[in-house]
Order: sequence, then structure tokens, then C-alpha cells
Amino acid sequence: MNAILTARDLEKAFGSLVAARDINVVVPPLQTVGIIGANGAGKTTFVNMITGHLRPSKGSIHFEDRDITGLPSRMITRLGITLSFQVAQIFPSLTVFDNMCAATAIARAGGGLLATALTPLHAPDTLAEAEAALELFRIAQYRNLLAATLPQGVRKLLDIAMAVAGSPRLLLLDEPTSGISIEEKFGLMDVVMSALKARRITVLFVEHDMDIVERYADRVLAFYDGAVIADGDPVETLENPRIQELISGPKLKTEAARRA
Amino acid sequence: MIPRSLSIGALAFIVVAIAGPFFPAWLISLATVAFANALVVLGLIILWRSGLVPFGQALYYAIGAYTVALIGRYSGVHDIFFMVVVAALLAALTAYLTGLLLARYREIFFAMLSLAMSMILYGILVKTETLGSTDGFHVEAPRWLGYAPAAGWMRRAILFWTVLAFDGAAALLVSLYFRSIAGSLAAAMRDNEIRLEFLGISVNRLIHLNLVIAGTLAGIGGALAAFAVEHVDPDMSYWTTSGGFVFVTVLAGSGSVAAAFAGSFVFELLKSIAYDLLPGTWQMFLGAALLLTILFLPEGLGSLLLRHRRTLKAIRAAGR
Repeated sequence: MNAILTARDLEKAFGSLVAARDINVVVPPLQTVGIIGANGAGKTTFVNMITGHLRPSKGSIHFEDRDITGLPSRMITRLGITLSFQVAQIFPSLTVFDNMCAATAIARAGGGLLATALTPLHAPDTLAEAEAALELFRIAQYRNLLAATLPQGVRKLLDIAMAVAGSPRLLLLDEPTSGISIEEKFGLMDVVMSALKARRITVLFVEHDMDIVERYADRVLAFYDGAVIADGDPVETLENPRIQELISGPKLKTEAARRA
Repeated sequence: MIPRSLSIGALAFIVVAIAGPFFPAWLISLATVAFANALVVLGLIILWRSGLVPFGQALYYAIGAYTVALIGRYSGVHDIFFMVVVAALLAALTAYLTGLLLARYREIFFAMLSLAMSMILYGILVKTETLGSTDGFHVEAPRWLGYAPAAGWMRRAILFWTVLAFDGAAALLVSLYFRSIAGSLAAAMRDNEIRLEFLGISVNRLIHLNLVIAGTLAGIGGALAAFAVEHVDPDMSYWTTSGGFVFVTVLAGSGSVAAAFAGSFVFELLKSIAYDLLPGTWQMFLGAALLLTILFLPEGLGSLLLRHRRTLKAIRAAGR
């Protein structure tokens, strides 16, 4: 099967600082890829180049055989790559349902200015799709609450549900479990991952919690000093002593082992 | 199904249209100007919903007014519909051009930049002798598809109805726009521009669209007001005129389309009463009115309507 995402010789430099270099990654459809690395290792730079937030200094990015290198982020969103943020980006003064309706309606209209000005917000199809999305992400019970009043985990779920409105093919998740308590993390990730599987979405997620990576990723990309130093099976990669030394740290690993 | 607010609006519209011309001449004239100005306020409500308050909306108002005045004076064309359409197009073009810059700014920077732009036009109008300089000039009476009513009751009534027709069309279109995706994103725009951008919406372009809509409405309002007043002068573009429109917007509130018309009428009425009672200090009267509005009706006159609607709903729910 053709790759959904192909990065070739990708590099990003800010002046003399090289934030990402020699990145060569091929992602097949429906894979779930965990991205790990210390702060400043180039994970977010990589993600930002895919979403079009940053323009690569060198190299190319292809999405389903289409060259998307340097396209503006709005275009990339419309092609089918969306982003969920580390800090949930929602509309606090709207209800959960209205948040979802706005996201669904925009995705259905394609984001074009004229289309959005001429399409009613509360079209029956949009309402049904928004309801279904709230069910899928298990947040239907919060439907009529103002988004500002939601607990952190629900905000996160809403943010991800909004990001995948209109069924993109590729979702980039920036630290889905940041700010979530340890007790809630796995429950949240179970909901997210099964929802994304149901929608047949390929996922790249940045994560600091190695337990989460090991449990949910099919494959791990390890970043260090702007380069990919390991790319492979999660269990093997996380047991690699060099990765433990540079990124995950042995202590975290033993803790995880003890819990398992 | 027809929404309730629409049927109530249509009923009010018909009552005003039938009863209007039988009121005394001064009140018809006042209402004609008020309902023309209400179009400007309608545009401001669109912008205010997304958190933008322009202090230079008089720019498009004056362009609309001077356009019809100049066409009537120099071209020999006197058809009111043609002139208003040209005024609307010119105001839209101006709003498009100023919007290229304005759409990038928010909050106080947006307000001040829009004010600066309107003051450029004021400067030009004041300095241009051929446009009557500070005195302005007379606006000739228009014709309606070839029909030229004599000055007096007939012309007043027909102009009043014409303004109402434009108002009705604008109110309907703006209500439809508020139900569209773009029109209902105002609160979302105030809340979180980043999320909108990553959903595939360009917030700057959306604001640009709203600026053009508001500018066009202001242009039509200015053109109609020029016919009602039968005179144009540079004060129509001065910042106090813009401030007056913002005043009415606060008075009306952003809750409903109908509030723009009620608010504009109340404002003109208050102003004329204040002129009569306190010729020297009428502004104090208006200031007090605004203060009371902000203190006791922070969401404007429109909130009275909404509150009434909510009470009705509660009574009906209790009855069940």
C-alpha cells in the first residue's frame, strides 16, 4: 500500500541553530506512530513542518503522493491533516455541542469563505454528525455545558474530537496526556485510540510518558538533537540502552516494569 | 417553519410602514433618518459580535451620502434605486480596500486605525472647495423610477417607505447571515482564533468579509440619510458621527437585529428631545442615557426583548 506520509531529507534551521535534520520517515496508512525525545530534540519542529506551521529549510513532505512542502496550514488542513494541541484549543464561551457543531460545519463546508457564509450552521446533517462525534468520544453527557467549565480530560477529548471533525486521514496529536492525572491517562487514551481506529485515521503522537507510548504505538520515532536516532518497534526501541540513556531514562522504565 | 422572531419582526415592520406616514411631519423625518442610520448600526452589530468596535464607520456613511449627492448634482441621473446601489458599491469597494489593512488588527488598534481612516476623508472633504468645504451642499430630490413626487407629505411618505424597504431587506439578509456558519462564528472568533485557523478558517478573511458587509450597510445608510436630510457636509465623516453609531450600538445591544432599528429610533428621539429641553447642554442628557443603559441594561435594549421572550418561555413551561 502507498505511504500516507513521506518525509525526505527534512531539515529546519533557525539561523545557525539546526532544530531538525536528515529526517527520513515513511508512514503507511492506519499506523499509530509515537514520537519521543527530550525537550528541544526536534519533535515539535517535525510536527510543525507537517502541519505547515513551519516551512522546512530543506527536504520535502508528501501526503498521499502529493507534495505539501511549504503549503500554508489552512490548505494542509483542508487536504486532510489535522492537529490536536498540547493545550486544548476550544471555544470556552460556547457549549460542548456548539463547539462540535462549529468544527463539524466548517469541515463540511470545506473552510471556503463563501461556502461558510452561505451554509446554515445548524443543518440537520451537521447536527447528526456532531452528536455522533460526542458519542464516539464519550463526552455526550457534557453536551450542554459551557466548554470553559469542563475538567481537563474532557477538554482534551473535545479538542481531539474537533480536530477530527470531517474525518481527516492523518492526525497529529501533541502530547495528548499532558496535564492529565496518571489515573486518568489510560482511560483517556483508550477512548481516543479506539475512536481514531473507528474513523480509520493514521496517528502521529508526541508523548513523554513511555508507558503510553509502549501501550498505544505501533512504532516509535526517537528524536535526539534534531535527528531521528531510532525508528522501530516500541518495545525494542524503549529497551535500547542508548534510548534509555538519552531519552526515556532507566528510572522511568523500571517504574513502568514494576507496575506491569 | 418560520421562526417566531421573524414573524414578530414582519408584523412590526408592517405596522410601522402603515402607521408611519400618518404621524406628524417632524416625527416621520426623524424616523426616516433614524431608520437609515439603523443600517450603519446593523453593520456595527456584526462587527461587535466578534469583538471589534470601529470608531470610523462614518467613513462609509459619508461616502454613501456624498456619492448620491454628487450623482444628483452632476450626472443628471436622479433615480433613487440606481444612486443607492452605486453608493453601496462604492462603500463596499472602500471597505474592501481599508479592510486589507484593518482586518489584521484587533481591539484598540483596530478602533484607532478605523478612526484614523475616517479622519482622512474628513480632511479631504473639509479642504475641497468643489465639494462645498465645511458647509457641504444641498442634495437634490430623487425620483422613483421616473416618478417625482412633489415636496411635502407624499415625498416624505415615499422616502420613508423606501428606507423601510431597504431596512427590511437588510434585516432579513443579516438574520440569514447570523444563521450561517461564518455569521455564527463571532463568539468563536473572540474565543480562540488559533482553533479556527486549524479548522481551516482564515480569521482575517472572515473579519474582512464582515468589514465589507458592515461598510456596505453604512454606505446605504448614508445614502438614504442624505436624501432624508437633503444636505451633506463633512460632519457626516467626523469621528463624533462614528461615536454616535457606537453609542446606538451600545444602546441597542448585539442580541438581535430588531434592536438596531429600535435603538436608532430611541437615540434620534432622545437627541431631539434633549435639543428642545437643554439647547446648550443636550450632550449631558445623552451621556446620562448611555450611563443608565450601561448600568441597568448592559446588553442593550435588545435584552428587554430577549428577557421578555425568556419569561414567556418560562411561563409556558410552568403551565405545562
